Amino acid sequence: MKKYGKFAALIVVVLGTLVYLAVAGGNSNATYYKTIAELGRMGDQAYGKRLRVGGDVESGSIERAGSQVHFVLVQDKTRLKVAYTGSDPLPDTFRDGAQALADGRLDKDGVFQAGKIQAKCASKYEAKPGQMPGQAPSSINTGKRSI
Amino acid sequence: MENLGSLALLLAFCVAIYAALASVAGRIKRKPFLVVSGRRGVYAVWALITVASGVLVHALMAGDFRFAYVWEHSNRSMPMLYKFAAWWGGQEGSLLLWSWLLATYSMVAAFTNRRRRRDFMPYVTGVLMTVQVFFLLLNNFVANAFKVFALDGRITALPDGNGLSPLLQYPAMAIHPPMLYLGYVGFSVPFAFAVGSLITRQPGDGWIHTTRRWTLVAWLFQSAGIMLGMAWAYHVLGWGGYWGWDPVENASLLPWISGTAFLHSVMMQEKKGMMKVWNIVLVSATFFLCILGTFLTRSGVVQSVHAFARSEIGKYFVGFLALGIAATVYLILERLDYLKSESQLESVVSRESSFLFNNLILLASCFAVLWGTLFPVISAAVSGDQISLDADWYNRLMVPIGLFLLFLTGVGPLFSWRRTSVDSLRRNFQWPGIAAVVLVGALIAAGVRHFYALISFGFCLFVALTVLVEFYKGSRSIAARNGMNLARAAVELTHRNTRRYGGYLVHVGIVLMFIGFTGQAFKLSEVKELDNGDSLKIGRYDLRMVKLEHGEEENYLWDRATLDVFKNGSELGLLRPEKRLYKASRQSTSEVGIRQRLDEDLYLNFGGMSDDNQRAVIQAFVNPLVSWVWVGGLVLIGGTLICLVPSKIRMQYARTQVLRVTSSYATVQK
Repeated sequence: MKKYGKFAALIVVVLGTLVYLAVAGGNSNATYYKTIAELGRMGDQAYGKRLRVGGDVESGSIERAGSQVHFVLVQDKTRLKVAYTGSDPLPDTFRDGAQALADGRLDKDGVFQAGKIQAKCASKYEAKPGQMPGQAPSSINTGKRSI
Repeated sequence: MENLGSLALLLAFCVAIYAALASVAGRIKRKPFLVVSGRRGVYAVWALITVASGVLVHALMAGDFRFAYVWEHSNRSMPMLYKFAAWWGGQEGSLLLWSWLLATYSMVAAFTNRRRRRDFMPYVTGVLMTVQVFFLLLNNFVANAFKVFALDGRITALPDGNGLSPLLQYPAMAIHPPMLYLGYVGFSVPFAFAVGSLITRQPGDGWIHTTRRWTLVAWLFQSAGIMLGMAWAYHVLGWGGYWGWDPVENASLLPWISGTAFLHSVMMQEKKGMMKVWNIVLVSATFFLCILGTFLTRSGVVQSVHAFARSEIGKYFVGFLALGIAATVYLILERLDYLKSESQLESVVSRESSFLFNNLILLASCFAVLWGTLFPVISAAVSGDQISLDADWYNRLMVPIGLFLLFLTGVGPLFSWRRTSVDSLRRNFQWPGIAAVVLVGALIAAGVRHFYALISFGFCLFVALTVLVEFYKGSRSIAARNGMNLARAAVELTHRNTRRYGGYLVHVGIVLMFIGFTGQAFKLSEVKELDNGDSLKIGRYDLRMVKLEHGEEENYLWDRATLDVFKNGSELGLLRPEKRLYKASRQSTSEVGIRQRLDEDLYLNFGGMSDDNQRAVIQAFVNPLVSWVWVGGLVLIGGTLICLVPSKIRMQYARTQVLRVTSSYATVQK
């Protein structure tokens, strides 16, 4: 039976190491998907977590100040101020009215600091049977990804 | 034409049902005529799906814009190659490709075995046709490729289509999906063989041999598909990397990992009659991971850069997976007695043990990747929060796993069966071990401090040397006996036992790929806004912007930067990264500028225009050793091809009860 003990011990060591590695980072590798309304309800819990928030870019809200871009995301009439501080240029599809996903953290002033923005055209269009499709874009831009 | 396509698919659906039922019923009732008709049904299904695919491909090539599918995925100005590739450019077409490939595999499997294994081939046909029925169900009733546009009750053609997604208009991308699908679909055949052998309680290992070859074929395509995907990501997406742990990438990796585990552990069954349950579980898991992969790719259930259309298709896959897994688990439990192991583990330092740990670690990595991929779904179900894990999480887990596997790659093949003596350990590992330690010492002296990189380089040298020594020893003895030169003897040696030496070559491919992966540890990146005359410094390179142009083509608008590249002061030439914005889809793509060399790549991406629209945002990367990933991939594919060549000397796998322990070198010389 002794040899099986050795096998068991080795297996436990290997698996234990892996489980440790999987959970050791805690929450630092996790990104939470939230709606703007949910973000509002989270209260203090929202600070410091990595979040991904989606919504429409409010028309006329995009302001560029130096390297920062400020804009407002709207979803079901709830608004969220976003400051984009990332180094990648914003995707070409990012414009008034576009659907955007912001990746980042909420700071104490209630401004969402985004390090990454993905955007897709609002007029996402799919042809339905029996309809003539118009001149509408049908693909989305997923923007850049980074490792 | 659309009616011909639809009719062919509908008939194929009916015939596939018949073929599945007739084969199995014929086998149970011992009616050979039914079995034969079932087999011929497989051929008919193939012919019918071929007709349907032909109709779709013809419509794409001829630009028949009455078809919704043709309109969505092609346009008139596309080159012929991409018009053909549009077959798998969208949901409906790629599911049709899946069906067609499965029918092709089924036909080949049924035809090549028509006079062999008569007792269990009907079940193999039955399983394959059941899977076929599922996919034809999707082709016919859920994602039909033959929908046409109609206006006021009349079929109408549109003037021109949307065009294939510009990201997909790239040569590697045109063949990446069919390769990957050949892999995904190919794993159905080993699964069907396993189920057939289980139902009929096959004695002996004949079926294992066939299954192993089929698995190798599928594994070959899966490897090629993954490599092409990586090459595509590197050359087209413009973020300087080739693997981002994206859900769809993971989906293709999962069956590859479990397939790899099976290819190793099946040797235990061939030679020792061990791990039978485990092997059946692995074959089945690989198959279901393929279905899961197709599901993840096609349903959009997990967020991904591949972001295919979200659709209703998910629930069909979930249903099929649930039914299939339940049936397989039931069958395995029912047949546990047949799967009883014939020998036992004896020592921790033995070939058996190295296989065991190889499998354990592969399965653990498979589980980890699966967990990470499905985490948004799992967390949403458990806590209500949809949480995704980033690439760092995967890297933290997978880098140590990869290194441990690399280590096993070196030691495993040289451990003896049953137990390994200290003497043989020293003989096999002394010099490679010393060489690896010397290399690591030299690297530390040269200033390399990255812990994992040091370990990786050490293991890479160690494994490469052990393989080299194996080739050298074998070749030398053949050369001496037959009076050949060493190179000729090495070829002869490989030909005599293609499985073993082809396998070693695959290991060499893996080592080369690890050298490439390790280069990532020393990756440099720099982003800067550049105007004419501005320069950017990255590593030993100096980049000077000489021209910034904008223009317009028929399909797209472009911005292009021309940069003069200097390295250590000497001029190397010009690189021209470009950004294109496609007018129809408003989608942008990158034409990166790469200077590829074996030691390092200089990789430039045109990120976009600065906010004031005056300067270009240039992202520069230096990727050391990245070319070795591609070289390693080619070696791996070559090695796998060699494994598929029949050995010159027919091997006998003596399944022996060991009567006495011999202390000498116990690897059986085949």
